Amino acid sequence: MKDVAVIGIGMTKFGELWNKSIKDIFVEAALKAIDNAGVGHIDSMYVGAMSGGLFVGQEHIGAVMADYLGMNPVPATRVESACASGGTAFRQAYFEVASGSSEIVLAGGVEKMNDGVDVTAALATAADQEYEVYNGITFPGLYAMIANAYMHQYNATREQLAAVAVKNHHNGFNNPNAQFRSEITIEQVLNSTLVADPLRLLDCSPVTDGGAAVILCPLELAKQFTDSPVKVISTAQASDTISLYERESLTSLKAVSDAAVKAYKQANLKPEDIDLAEVHDCFTIAEIVASEELGFFDKGCGASAVEEGKTSIEEGTIPINTSGGLKSKGHPVGATGIAQVIEIYEQLTGQAGKRQVKDARIGLTQNMGGSGASCVINILEAL
Amino acid sequence: MIGIIGYGSYLPRYRIKVESIAKEWGSDPESIKRGLKLFEKTVPGLDEDTITIAVQASKYAVKRAGINPEEIGAVYIGSESHPYAVKPSGTVLIEALGIGNDVHVASYEFACKAGTEAMFVAYCLVKANEVKYALAIGADTSQGAPGDALEYSASAGGAAFIMGKENVVAEILFTNSFTSDTPDFWRREHEFYPRHAGRFTGEPAYFKHVVNAGKLLLEKSAMKPEDFDYAVFHMPNGKFPQMAAKKLGFTKEQIETGWIVPWMGNTYSGSSPTGLSAVLDVAKPGDKIFMVSFGSGAGSDGFVFKVTDKIVDVQDKAPKLRDMLDNNKIYLDYGEYAKFREKIILNE
Amino acid sequence: MITPKYVREIPQRYRLEAAKCKNCSYISFPPRLVCPKCKSRSFDTIRLSDEGKILTFTIIRVSSDIFSHQTPYGVAVIETSEGAKLMAMIADTKIEDIAIGKKVKLIFRKIRDEGVSGIHCYGYKAVVI
Repeated sequence: MKDVAVIGIGMTKFGELWNKSIKDIFVEAALKAIDNAGVGHIDSMYVGAMSGGLFVGQEHIGAVMADYLGMNPVPATRVESACASGGTAFRQAYFEVASGSSEIVLAGGVEKMNDGVDVTAALATAADQEYEVYNGITFPGLYAMIANAYMHQYNATREQLAAVAVKNHHNGFNNPNAQFRSEITIEQVLNSTLVADPLRLLDCSPVTDGGAAVILCPLELAKQFTDSPVKVISTAQASDTISLYERESLTSLKAVSDAAVKAYKQANLKPEDIDLAEVHDCFTIAEIVASEELGFFDKGCGASAVEEGKTSIEEGTIPINTSGGLKSKGHPVGATGIAQVIEIYEQLTGQAGKRQVKDARIGLTQNMGGSGASCVINILEAL
Repeated sequence: MIGIIGYGSYLPRYRIKVESIAKEWGSDPESIKRGLKLFEKTVPGLDEDTITIAVQASKYAVKRAGINPEEIGAVYIGSESHPYAVKPSGTVLIEALGIGNDVHVASYEFACKAGTEAMFVAYCLVKANEVKYALAIGADTSQGAPGDALEYSASAGGAAFIMGKENVVAEILFTNSFTSDTPDFWRREHEFYPRHAGRFTGEPAYFKHVVNAGKLLLEKSAMKPEDFDYAVFHMPNGKFPQMAAKKLGFTKEQIETGWIVPWMGNTYSGSSPTGLSAVLDVAKPGDKIFMVSFGSGAGSDGFVFKVTDKIVDVQDKAPKLRDMLDNNKIYLDYGEYAKFREKIILNE
Repeated sequence: MITPKYVREIPQRYRLEAAKCKNCSYISFPPRLVCPKCKSRSFDTIRLSDEGKILTFTIIRVSSDIFSHQTPYGVAVIETSEGAKLMAMIADTKIEDIAIGKKVKLIFRKIRDEGVSGIHCYGYKAVVI
């Protein structure tokens, strides 16, 4: 297998993009990435999209996007793994380059969620329809169940959960592409509207329109296009039961730890070698549990770690979600995994501005589908 | 010996008081309590309907009967609030109880006496040796139009009876019916609420049928009111069954046990069946029970039961009616009640 | 219209039919073709009891449109007395009475309607006892 590098990035602003269609959004992000990489063509493309069918009534997303990007007849494949669609699309693009079958491959993701549909119902299709969703559960509800179990088992506090949202909003304040560029306080989180007890509105990532794209090529060709390529040193994926209720532990996300073990082994790294991580904080509790499964903290210590600043840019041992995370940057589900890669790319190439983590050389992205039934982890290294 | 081998009843936990309804319509709750002898009524939860009530009551009946549900050969649910205009209620029930597919099923409708009609047919099928066991249910989630007098009484609940020949707990000694075309209460196709003919529902409807059926049953059985330990009449309100009992020569004491309407309301097809269930909960071997139902339209079914020695073995095997009536109540205000009864027009 | 797929799930929804692995005794609810624990493909059909306890729960305040007139309502992960697990809405229980470890009884209730003119869909719910 060839070594693979990321050589260009592009994304739209995340938010409620009422005047832009799913096509407009994807093409804008893809063109930015193509221009940023300075490539004249692409050989193939992958598009992460969770549910064009439910959100905008459009399937066949790969072909639609290749057409509107003016790239016919390149092969275009839509990749779906619920909220992990983007990260998984990146992994598929990586394999196509690593295998030697293509040279310049675009990995993108897009979701247009604000188009008038029942978003709660659409997102819930990532859970078991017949045995979870049939019985009234929602996605905030599934993570709220994890939160209740976690708080019960580890005596974690509501304030510790809120600290995740406060940190991520603080980081997102400095991200020009973030949906919410506003600092919030613990009190604001604790006084926000209950969505699914114990989770409140400010524990939840928002409903977002957005697109993101990156360009990959063999490392040996990367210098033709950029002085600062970033090497993909690991990509790993794992699955778990689709239903939360069938898990042996309701306070773990086993797909995350399973993928992490593989990812670290492939990169020959330990958790402490990671300089920063973009972690799938669809809800505050998700970042806490995932940070433990990634090996950054012991089980049950993730909540206090946030409160103690161990995940902040300024004083953290492992800064998490420097982009603002899904919480503040926004969570257009199919685009999220690619946007995570973009943040790591910016950090490793020193382009993160006020969010810059000093001497960042190795960054990790963790992108999760459903209530943790799928997880994909990508590790990147500055050259 | 043919009769009831297992019985069960079910009432929703939710209640509304007469005061809460009267307040919204500017009525005097004291005059309703005094005149109709109604104090509060059961209200079905948003997730309850005639089918779920019938399933729960039937599960208790199977528990008391101690039989394999697969041996039930016929299931009839009597109700005026079947959830479907077209589609049987009992098909859901046979799947929920694991009765299997070798079974006769139909929905019955005869205003408030559909349940007792189902009991009569179930009894006859067993008597005719067509089936080993037959299950009859009277259940309703009845509706009264907002502001109508029926709103104080229309409630939810039901009772189920399994008829058989072995281990009978209450033998059926006599049955009869008295029926005529009397449009005192009706609901046209596509209408949400029933309508009634005011005071015409009394003397020419309820009393004519209940009293005539009662007299004929006493004649048929060659028994006198004083031969009975208990009497149960259809209970559209608290007052009517007391008056019917008096006209037929029964005492207040005889109807007291099955007179649950002041705190339950009128469970329509479930009314006299739940009353019978309350009696069976406390009856002793040898007790005789007189029962006359009433369904608008109109007709009355009569039954004479004789309680057997087996009754004491089954009474404690499932929840008793009075316990469900007196405990675990959740009171609703009128707004919650209106929402629960889907009286509020929602967007789709 | 969800009628065809609704009908397939009736044994589970109405009477809690589950599959017990003949090899390792793990109970799958709903039944599966392959045991997730030991990969065996042989099962006995069993009916779960109606008794269980709450492993975790939430109170849904914001639901999908189909449940919006029922909010707030509880949903819980239930472990039945056989050790099988399932997810169920909580019925007939005050919100403050729902807690981890509480005992529940599974009952038969209407879960949802298929619009205003479609079928009624039934299933199991849990009541805290």
